[in-house]
Amino acid sequence: MEGTAASVGMTGVAPPGSGALGRRQRGRLDRIGDRSLYVITLAAALLSAVVLGGIGYEVVHGASASISHFGLGFITTNNWDPVPPHEVYGAASFIYGTAVSSFGALLIATPLSIAIALFLTELAPRRARTPIGTLVELLAAIPSVVLGLWGILVLGPFLRDHVEPGLHSVLGWIPLFGGDQSPVGLLPAMLILTIMTVPIVSSLTREIFLTVPKESKEGALALGATRWEMIKTTVLPYSRPGIVAAVILGLGRAIGEAIAVTQVIGGALGIHANLFVPADTLASRIASNATGAPTALNLASVFYLGVILLALSVIFNAVARLIIRRMTLKGS
Amino acid sequence: MEAASTPANHPLLQGPPNLKRRRRVNRALEVVAWVSAVVAVAALFIVVASVFVKGVGALNLDFLTQGQVAFGPGGGIGNALVGTGIIVLLAAAMAIPIGVLVALYTSEFAKSRSASAIRYVLDILNGVPTIITGLFVVVLIVKPQGHQSGFAGAVGLAIVMLPLVARSTQEVLALVPSSVKEAGLALGVSRWRTIVSVIVPTAFGGILTASLVAVARAAGETAPLLLACSIFPTTTVTDPSQAMANIPIVIFQYSESPDPSKHTQAWAAALILILFVLLLSSIARVFSARVKKRLEGTR
Repeated sequence: MEGTAASVGMTGVAPPGSGALGRRQRGRLDRIGDRSLYVITLAAALLSAVVLGGIGYEVVHGASASISHFGLGFITTNNWDPVPPHEVYGAASFIYGTAVSSFGALLIATPLSIAIALFLTELAPRRARTPIGTLVELLAAIPSVVLGLWGILVLGPFLRDHVEPGLHSVLGWIPLFGGDQSPVGLLPAMLILTIMTVPIVSSLTREIFLTVPKESKEGALALGATRWEMIKTTVLPYSRPGIVAAVILGLGRAIGEAIAVTQVIGGALGIHANLFVPADTLASRIASNATGAPTALNLASVFYLGVILLALSVIFNAVARLIIRRMTLKGS
Repeated sequence: MEAASTPANHPLLQGPPNLKRRRRVNRALEVVAWVSAVVAVAALFIVVASVFVKGVGALNLDFLTQGQVAFGPGGGIGNALVGTGIIVLLAAAMAIPIGVLVALYTSEFAKSRSASAIRYVLDILNGVPTIITGLFVVVLIVKPQGHQSGFAGAVGLAIVMLPLVARSTQEVLALVPSSVKEAGLALGVSRWRTIVSVIVPTAFGGILTASLVAVARAAGETAPLLLACSIFPTTTVTDPSQAMANIPIVIFQYSESPDPSKHTQAWAAALILILFVLLLSSIARVFSARVKKRLEGTR
């Protein structure tokens, strides 16, 4: 297919009116050209759909042995014991770790991102907006493995020595901040995920804030509102669905992050309220267990974790994109 | 600030008694917003600065050219630089042409309904966790082949790059003024020739920018490589059908090593990676601003 297009392209480049090709011949070549370019681009578009479908199919297919062996009980089983003969696998502790680290990260990242977006659209001096916005977005360009390296060698020890003892002595009566302190665990994972999601959520939120009609903002200001009152009465209500979508996209990003989380979370089983002890997430267990899985059932169970993770992220992304699409339709 | 030009006893300023409190709330919001922006920028600065401070000492020509040493200090990341170069180039060679074709389909050929369906597929694909992409590549290539390979890694990275290239190319193609397309068609030039000789060249800068961003993303992408290309020799491999060392996995493995000399090497490798990625992203950013301005100017 591509071969014909290329050869047609070669002959077709002759300058128009050179007389090398008859009119009819050129007409035919053009029809072939139109047709082949259409078919090639269509094939590429279908390929991207096939890749997405293939990912879903293969992950479910790879998990089938574990799905038929453990059923839905896999989700609530809190165990991961690869030693035959009594192999038992379950996702509960990873689902817990994923939920706590991601929700925790978004709990910090959401207000931070909204404040940054407000800063960049409404409050910062006009000339500072572009450079600061660029710097915040560059944060997203830092590879996750580098963030993880920083997390394990700098952030983790710092948290253990300077932050966790303080949190424990002041808030130790809350189970979240109790007991043992460790350089790896849920807290560093949460903070690393915060750093990763802030640029995403803030840049999406900023774009949404920019679509707020000028008339309503100016109307509020003309009525004597302070800037905060203007934001509270026009910008935030108008953008609420978009902010929700941005946060969901951030969540999707956070639950799917495997590398940086693997580096800082410690890879331990168990459901503990304490944020300072090692834990594990779905993505990070897949990362650490997929190569060198000792048995077939173990590998299938890793794929089962993949099924859960994929389902969650597809749902999150699909919902968020639908909301964004509806908003942009409304805006245009 | 507000009272700069009006006298303090101006009637409009004799507001309701709670004006002071409202101003204070407003001021608090401004402070919170400033602090948030500073925190985010500081995070970038702190991470980049620690990578720089801890990595720059280990950086020298030997480190960049020599292969890895399994244990202890010495050796370099030469083999991983070569491997990453090959893997990323292969991935780019797959993802960029396909991504551009997808974008051409949605913006030039497809009806609006199928175009929006394809865009939706790309967005979802973009949201698939990259570790899942790794699992897919394991089933697709690593298992049938019997071992990991640079090619398997490249396919994983290409899947990550594809939606990025396609979506940003779509955005640039949408900026190509319809007057340009119509001029071509009005002259009786066929559709495919208008696309190849008018639309694509007009959007070329934007396509290049999209490709740079995607390459920057792929260069640091670790998760697919962890499953597709992470068990490799310390020697330089140039055959992509074999497993080859690469920078992200070297950083990942060294970061989990108990050996402090490996930590130093991890920082140095991270410094190289981060410089490359930030440089590429910055170039793309400057470039894309210029491309957009030019395209919007011709409207």
